[in-house]
Amino acid sequence: MAVTTAEQFPAREQFRPRLGFRKVTGVIFTGIGLVAIAIGLGMLVWLLIDTFVSGLPWLDRQFLTSFDSRFPDQAGAKAAIYGTAYMMFFTMVIALPIGVMSAIYLEEYAREGKLKSFIQINISNLAAVPSIIYGLLGLQVFVRWMELGRSVLAGSLTMALLILPIIVVATQEALRAVPPSIRDASYGVGATRWETIRYHLLPYALPGILTGNILAASRAIGESAPLITIGALTFVPFTPNGPLDRFTVLPIQIFNWVSRAQQDFQGVAAAGIIVLLVVLLLMNSVAIFLRQKLQRRF
Amino acid sequence: MAQDVWKGAYPSRVSLGHKRSRQLKEGAIAGLFFVAATIGAFTTAGIILSLAGETIAFFRVVSFVEFITETQWTPLFSIKKFGIWPLVSATALTSLIALVVAVPLGLMSAIYLSEFAHPKARAVLKPALEVLAGVPTVVYGFFALTVMTPFLQRFIDMTLFNSLSPGIVMGVMIVPLVASLSEDAMSSVPQALREGAYGLGATRMEVATRVVVPAALSGIVASIILALSRAVGETMIVAIAAGQNPTFTFDPRVPVETMTTYIVQVSLGDTPYGSLSYRTLFAVGSTLFVLTFVMNIFSFWFVRKFREVYD
Repeated sequence: MAVTTAEQFPAREQFRPRLGFRKVTGVIFTGIGLVAIAIGLGMLVWLLIDTFVSGLPWLDRQFLTSFDSRFPDQAGAKAAIYGTAYMMFFTMVIALPIGVMSAIYLEEYAREGKLKSFIQINISNLAAVPSIIYGLLGLQVFVRWMELGRSVLAGSLTMALLILPIIVVATQEALRAVPPSIRDASYGVGATRWETIRYHLLPYALPGILTGNILAASRAIGESAPLITIGALTFVPFTPNGPLDRFTVLPIQIFNWVSRAQQDFQGVAAAGIIVLLVVLLLMNSVAIFLRQKLQRRF
Repeated sequence: MAQDVWKGAYPSRVSLGHKRSRQLKEGAIAGLFFVAATIGAFTTAGIILSLAGETIAFFRVVSFVEFITETQWTPLFSIKKFGIWPLVSATALTSLIALVVAVPLGLMSAIYLSEFAHPKARAVLKPALEVLAGVPTVVYGFFALTVMTPFLQRFIDMTLFNSLSPGIVMGVMIVPLVASLSEDAMSSVPQALREGAYGLGATRMEVATRVVVPAALSGIVASIILALSRAVGETMIVAIAAGQNPTFTFDPRVPVETMTTYIVQVSLGDTPYGSLSYRTLFAVGSTLFVLTFVMNIFSFWFVRKFREVYD
């Protein structure tokens, strides 16, 4: 900035404020900022409109209740919807307790030191590992070494590891938001550490923990790369009956439809995307509701 | 809730007498939580071990020199060539296109949100922008293939599968990553610095570009590296819209195959466990892991090293 430096200060006669020019540049700059945001949001709107226009004609009762088919007008997402539900159930059953427990350990038990910072750095690193690498981990460890096959359980374990860092970080933030005075009061009346956590911290932190878990779950619902890598099927004419059955999920089914040559399958894929987006929208609405209505401010 | 504890703990002083059982329970619970916390470390170890094991087996058959010097990648053909460059060049190309889109859009959005937007507007616009990061990537892939490519074909002569269209769409996907992290960095620049600049007669734009952005630079650079690392590891958009032709080229108009696409392509086929093509998965995966790992570590290090600390 010409105006601010000391050596230019004496040369007052050389300083030209050019206020008009600077103000106009500022307005243009603000305009560019607005345009940048508008482009981002515009793409989102474009994507949504296009998907709904091409998908809605294909979205009917038949689409939700029938299995995949070679014929576009008979293809449905039943196997994928069941598969997604099964996989998500087991994923959350595994990831939620482990994630919440690790977060409680890090926030309430671990002493500051090398071990804690090692675990913490490790978790932030895991959050940035590409999802397809988790797929290779799942393929080698769950499918091969543990011999679970290309099953719902192998997929759920892989997904659970993938979303674990999200759950841990969200739970830690929720616990940190509970003021220390609550802990002190509880210890003051003689409660042990676990009693303090069980009766005081968890109730206050619950909305935050649930929100974080829902967001983690919505990440898992949209993921397909790691499941393709562990070998989830792309053409499935059945619903899974147990954790060791083979399966497909909605995003993989959509990927499969997109890859088909017939033009009509693009419409079928769009219908699948609408189903996926509606589920995600519902989950996120619940998360926002929990955050707004149940969160206590101290 | 609090009342239950009171009823449970205070009147029945007897229970306090069971000091040992109480301590045992406490110890067991602490132990359980500790075990849960170590699962993250085991995950990292599992990733490294499973990648390393098969990668070493791969390099027993294929020479490392061939892997990094050969410019053809044809492990599924009869004449097998194992040069990683076609896959790396495709990943670099799509990721750089994504950055060219995401950095200006993300940075300008961040500057606008942090320095110009009314607090009420920001409260709406920032979460709205973050929705972009929540859309499943397979949806972006569909969008790139069925909307963006035909749109671009009106202006540019290019094939159905290309790196330009998925690159642009991927850029839009990582805009919120750049915008959100940069905006956090800019918002944490102390107000006093801005007021100092205003006091010297700077305009709003001058404050934003010459005071706030330099002060927040470490956070901004870190956000860009993280976004790049996300683009490098992104799978479904490129698998759907960039093609499956491993060619060593930087032409954005022709089909290519990224590292992630190759992993998907082989996984979709029937690959017998222990075969050489099974092992190529892990050799490519290791390359991808090392690349993204270096970027992530660098970004953490960069923030720690160059962060301006104000009190």
